[in-house]
Amino acid sequence: MPAAASSEVAAAVADAHRREWAFVLAATLRVAGDIDKAEEAVQDAYASALATWGPRGIPKNPGAWLTVTARRRALDMHRRAATEQRALPKLLEPEESLTDDQALAAEDIPDDRLRLIFTCCHPALAPDARVALTLRLLCGLSTADIARAFLVPEATIAARITRAKKKIAAARIPYRVPAASELHERIDGVLSVVYLVYTTGHTAPSGADLMRRDLAERGLELAGMLRVLLPKDSDVAGLLALVLLTDARRDARVDHNRELVLLEDQDRSAWDRAAIGEGVALLREALSGRPPSRFALMAAIAAVHDESGSWSGTDWQEILGLYDLLMERWPSPVVQLNRAIALGFAVGPAEGLAELDALGADPQLARYPYLAAARADFLARLGRPGEARVAFEEALILTDNDAERNYLRARLGELPGLTKG
Amino acid sequence: MAKYLVLIFQDETVTRQSDGESISPAYQEFMQRRAGSLLNGAALQPATTATSIRRDGSGGFSVTDGPFAESKEVLGGYFLVEAGDLDEALEIAKEVPAGIGVEVRPVRMVS
Repeated sequence: MPAAASSEVAAAVADAHRREWAFVLAATLRVAGDIDKAEEAVQDAYASALATWGPRGIPKNPGAWLTVTARRRALDMHRRAATEQRALPKLLEPEESLTDDQALAAEDIPDDRLRLIFTCCHPALAPDARVALTLRLLCGLSTADIARAFLVPEATIAARITRAKKKIAAARIPYRVPAASELHERIDGVLSVVYLVYTTGHTAPSGADLMRRDLAERGLELAGMLRVLLPKDSDVAGLLALVLLTDARRDARVDHNRELVLLEDQDRSAWDRAAIGEGVALLREALSGRPPSRFALMAAIAAVHDESGSWSGTDWQEILGLYDLLMERWPSPVVQLNRAIALGFAVGPAEGLAELDALGADPQLARYPYLAAARADFLARLGRPGEARVAFEEALILTDNDAERNYLRARLGELPGLTKG
Repeated sequence: MAKYLVLIFQDETVTRQSDGESISPAYQEFMQRRAGSLLNGAALQPATTATSIRRDGSGGFSVTDGPFAESKEVLGGYFLVEAGDLDEALEIAKEVPAGIGVEVRPVRMVS
């Protein structure tokens, strides 16, 4: 291999970090036996890549090079630990019977990423721990990165991850793809984690910007990875379709001032046609699953918008029908809220408003800003500015994202009959 | 193999009634089916018979009537099970015909 310049090396290592982290870690975990040791070995392998790829050249298959290096390091660590002390409970017994040659033969290293995903998203772990572990172990994000993405103190994320790792070891949460009988349910748990990562990036719960693209892209990558690992699963196809069909609108969602642009006002020519095409093809496959998953139904709704040439041409009857199906499949106050909004456009704002008002008593929606914002919008459309003002103000109180707050303030300012009090 | 303690929780009113009765058919059936994994187990007297002992911090004890934590759900019994991993332990635990539900706790291995 020819020697490489340091900038080239840095770029190659960064690229391998993004693409290969999950594979390298999952393969190393089998040898290391516990997550901390595996992470340490993988970090060492990346550090050693930075140090040696310059003089020795960038290997043809960086992932294999990193895996072999990390596994060798884990074997060394394991041998040392075995002579020193009885270690803590392990996630699995390391494959001690493997000879060095077998452990280090790059060509037959199995793809263990699916096992790693199921361990990270195990239902015995707290939901926020599943998200943090997935970002850390599958995406290779540092604790600091995760803390920044969720605007949570770093110590909180560190404690969350430590607690989860301890539970994995102490309770022996297995490093295994679940049996066929529980696979369906467990996949749904994994998809929920990935979707949460995506939506948190797509519309950030708080902060200055509407989106956190880094997180949204991680969600996209995870959904794509699942599709590669479970190519025949229609629920996985549904999630990837949903993420692609939603993400296709990313560039049109904010203007040049980084302010929010609603679907109604978006420049549809800025939508990503390639992503829409891919999403629609996946959606067809996802809808063949009987019954279609909630992700497939949500993707179908996104597809109706994506394929509509204009806001006024939107087929609201179709969307309303899809929300009815979603309510059967996944009854929740948030789905009901979205159905009420669709009803408002399919039938009329008065009907939509009546449905929204009926939802006002639901405790799950009490602090949900989109209920107040939707009421405000229908009230404004119905020519009831006084009530719309109260509802917009309520939405403002409940919203922490600056782009959304600016939008709500602008709508408040547009209401007629504003008199200085 | 690892050991897990399956704590069986019941509504307090239920445990009060069950005092003195023989093992219910549902439990007998479960215990037969999972005999290979059950190391130990017991049904407890009602929580009203519990006595709690707390260290008072100055070398003594404070002894009080009642369970450690007051709650509508009370510990009604337990099984000590052996399983290869948490998934297997949860499979067994799901079959316990418990009134409210169970809590599964890995047993700490002490050498």
